[in-house]
Amino acid sequence: MKIFFSILLTAILTQNFVLAKFLGICPFLGVSKKTKTATGMSLAVIFVMVLSTAVTYPINTLLVNNDLEYLQTIVFILVIAALVQLVEIVLKKYMPPLYNSLGIYLPLITTNCAVLGVVLLNIDNGYGFAESMVNSLGAGIGFLVAMVMFAGVRERMESSDVPESLKGLPITLVAASLVSMSFLGFAGLVENLFA
Amino acid sequence: MAEKKRSLGKELTKGFLDENPVLRLVLGTCPTLAVSTSVESAVGMGLAATIVLICSNIAISALRKVIPSKVRIPAYVVVIASFVTIVQMLVKAFAPSLDEQLGVYLPLIVVNCIILGRAEAFAGKNNVLASAVDGLGMGIGFTIALFTMGFIREFFGTGTITISLINNGKELWTPLFGENPILIFILAPGGFFVFGMLIMLANKIAEKKGKPKAQLHSCKACPMFATCTSSEKEDCER
Repeated sequence: MKIFFSILLTAILTQNFVLAKFLGICPFLGVSKKTKTATGMSLAVIFVMVLSTAVTYPINTLLVNNDLEYLQTIVFILVIAALVQLVEIVLKKYMPPLYNSLGIYLPLITTNCAVLGVVLLNIDNGYGFAESMVNSLGAGIGFLVAMVMFAGVRERMESSDVPESLKGLPITLVAASLVSMSFLGFAGLVENLFA
Repeated sequence: MAEKKRSLGKELTKGFLDENPVLRLVLGTCPTLAVSTSVESAVGMGLAATIVLICSNIAISALRKVIPSKVRIPAYVVVIASFVTIVQMLVKAFAPSLDEQLGVYLPLIVVNCIILGRAEAFAGKNNVLASAVDGLGMGIGFTIALFTMGFIREFFGTGTITISLINNGKELWTPLFGENPILIFILAPGGFFVFGMLIMLANKIAEKKGKPKAQLHSCKACPMFATCTSSEKEDCER
C-alpha cells in the first residue's frame, strides 16, 4: 500500500508531469485561459491516460514475450489514437452529457505527449500493472492540479499591467516558471513521508 | 500555391528565424523545455528530430498522391513513428550516453507537433525536393532554438559548458559563475523562464521586420485542426 501512495504523490507533486517533466506543455499553455476549460481538458486527459495504460500494458507484455520491443513506439501511438477515437464515438452515442463536457477535448489528446509519455515511463520504470495504473492516475491528477492552478494565475494576469514587450506568450511562460518554482518546494517530501 | 513560387534557398532559410518552429510558431515546446538542460542533449535532440523530419517529409511527400486524404493523419503518424523507431535504434546503438540523456523524450519525437505539423502543412502538398529542403530548414531552426536554450541554461545553471566529443568530456571553460552557478536555470522553472525570454527577443526582432508577435496557435498548430468541428474550434481558441 505504501508504495502506491508514494507513486501517487510523486506523480502529483514532486515529479509533476507538466511542471517538472514538461510533458503536455501545449495544452498547458493553450487551454489554460479559463478554469472551466482547463478542468474539462484535464479530466479528459486523466480518463485517456488511465485507459491507455490499462490497454497498452497487456499489449506490451505481448510484445516483450515475442521479442518485439522495438515496435513499442509505433504500436502505442496507434493504439492510443484508435482508443481515443473509439471512446469519442461511444461517448457520443451512449453518454451525450459526458460527451458534451469531455468529448470535445478528446481529439486534442491523441497527439498530447503526456499520454504517450506516461505509457512509456511506466515501462521504463518497470512498473507492474497496479503500479502503472496508479502512476497514470497520479500523472493525470498532477496535470489537473497544474492546469487549474495555472488557469487561476492566468485569470488574474488578464487584468494586470504587463510590460509591452512581455505581453502574450512571454509573460505566460514567466508565470509558468513561477508556478513551477512553487512546486520545487515539494522536493524531498515523498522520500521523507515514506522513509 | 504561393508557396511553390518560393525558391529552394528561401524554403531552407525560412525555418532559421522568420518561421522558426520553436520561437515563432511555438511548436514542439515539450522537448524544447525538457532536454535543453545541457548543450549536448539539446543538440542531440535537435539532430535526431531533424533526421526524422527530413525522412518523414520525403516519404510523405512521395506518397502524397497515394494516401487518401481521409486517413492521412493516421498514415502520417505511422510513417513518422517508423522513422522515430529507426532513429531510436541508431541512437541506442551508436550514442548510448545520448540515449540515456534524452530518455523518454526520444520516442516522444513521434508526437512532436513540428513533424506532424510540417507533414500536414507542407509535405502533403509539395514535391519531394521542396519537402526535403523544408524538413532540413525546419530541423535546423529547431536545433538552433534548442542550442540557444541549452547554452543559456547550461552556462548559467552549471557555470560551464561540457561536450563529451570535444576536450575529452572535460568542461570547456569556467567563466564567471563557475564557483556558484545559478542552479535554478537547469531546473524546471529556469526552462520556462529562459524560453519566455527567448520568445520575447524573437518577438522584438520580428516586430522590427514588421511581423506579428509569436502566438500560441493552439488550434492552427493542432494536427487535428482539419477534422475539428466548429464548436471545438471556438472552445480551444478562447
